[in-house]
Amino acid sequence: MENFTPVASLVGGVLIGLAGAAMLYFNAKIAGISGIFGGLLQTRKNDTLWRLLFVAGLLCGGIVIRIFYPEALDFSVDRSMPAIIAAGLLVGFGARLGNGCTSGHGVCGIGRLAPRSIVAAATFIITGSITAIVVNQLFGGAI
Amino acid sequence: MLPNLVIFLSGFVFSIGLAVSGMTQPGKVVSFLDFIDNWDPSLVMVLLGAVVTYFISQRLILKREHSVFGEKFQLPTRMDIDTPLVAGAALFGIGWGLVGFCPGPALVSGITGNPQVLTFVLSMSLGMYLFSALHLRYSNEPDGGAGPLDAIAVRSA
Repeated sequence: MENFTPVASLVGGVLIGLAGAAMLYFNAKIAGISGIFGGLLQTRKNDTLWRLLFVAGLLCGGIVIRIFYPEALDFSVDRSMPAIIAAGLLVGFGARLGNGCTSGHGVCGIGRLAPRSIVAAATFIITGSITAIVVNQLFGGAI
Repeated sequence: MLPNLVIFLSGFVFSIGLAVSGMTQPGKVVSFLDFIDNWDPSLVMVLLGAVVTYFISQRLILKREHSVFGEKFQLPTRMDIDTPLVAGAALFGIGWGLVGFCPGPALVSGITGNPQVLTFVLSMSLGMYLFSALHLRYSNEPDGGAGPLDAIAVRSA
């Protein structure tokens, strides 16, 4: 447990919760990132600008993080391109099929005590754990 | 104008939260999911902070008739646990555990231009697009079926 960062993670979590709450309070919307981003891949009238702006906010946040806290964007995981492509396809397809991801189900859904979101979050934590354990224990952490 | 600015700022704060919490470090996420060796329980703290903050906020916010900018609250109304929900979450989890990225952190990390992250984001987009295409084609419902976004109905007052 030497990598445990309880305070930073709690503070970060509170910021995520506040951002989600701001979306609801000001704009009456659920801050589900896969839904917001995925909606950009479908064409609907008058439904694109706010999605683009939310994603632009995420990306601008990324730029600020890169300047002031570059360690947070240190992507170094021992994964091959085929594994990364498979993971991306599964995350994208699964999030849409299951109506949400870690933000929509994990934060907003559980935060509303929605049964569907609690089941979804429990499911993806379980399959995520099984996958991570298989990769680490059976493949030595590289795949 | 102002509503759009607030949406942009929400995305911005969300992004900072993801970075501060450690969610943008896939290795940290994988160390949480694999609890056997050298477990990193940080994600429990992320979830706790986010969920408790959101829980309290939405209880207060939903006492209002509508949002600050006058919109009706758009909340999911479905209550049934169906196969697509569980199957989708299961597939999502496999992809999440395989690399350690979920959609938000992947998009934020995309600004580094790292080819692995960009490949992940492109594949994720393709996966989302494939779902929409298949859903439109094979759904029995006349309008192509309720897409994920249609599950978010306007809350009846």
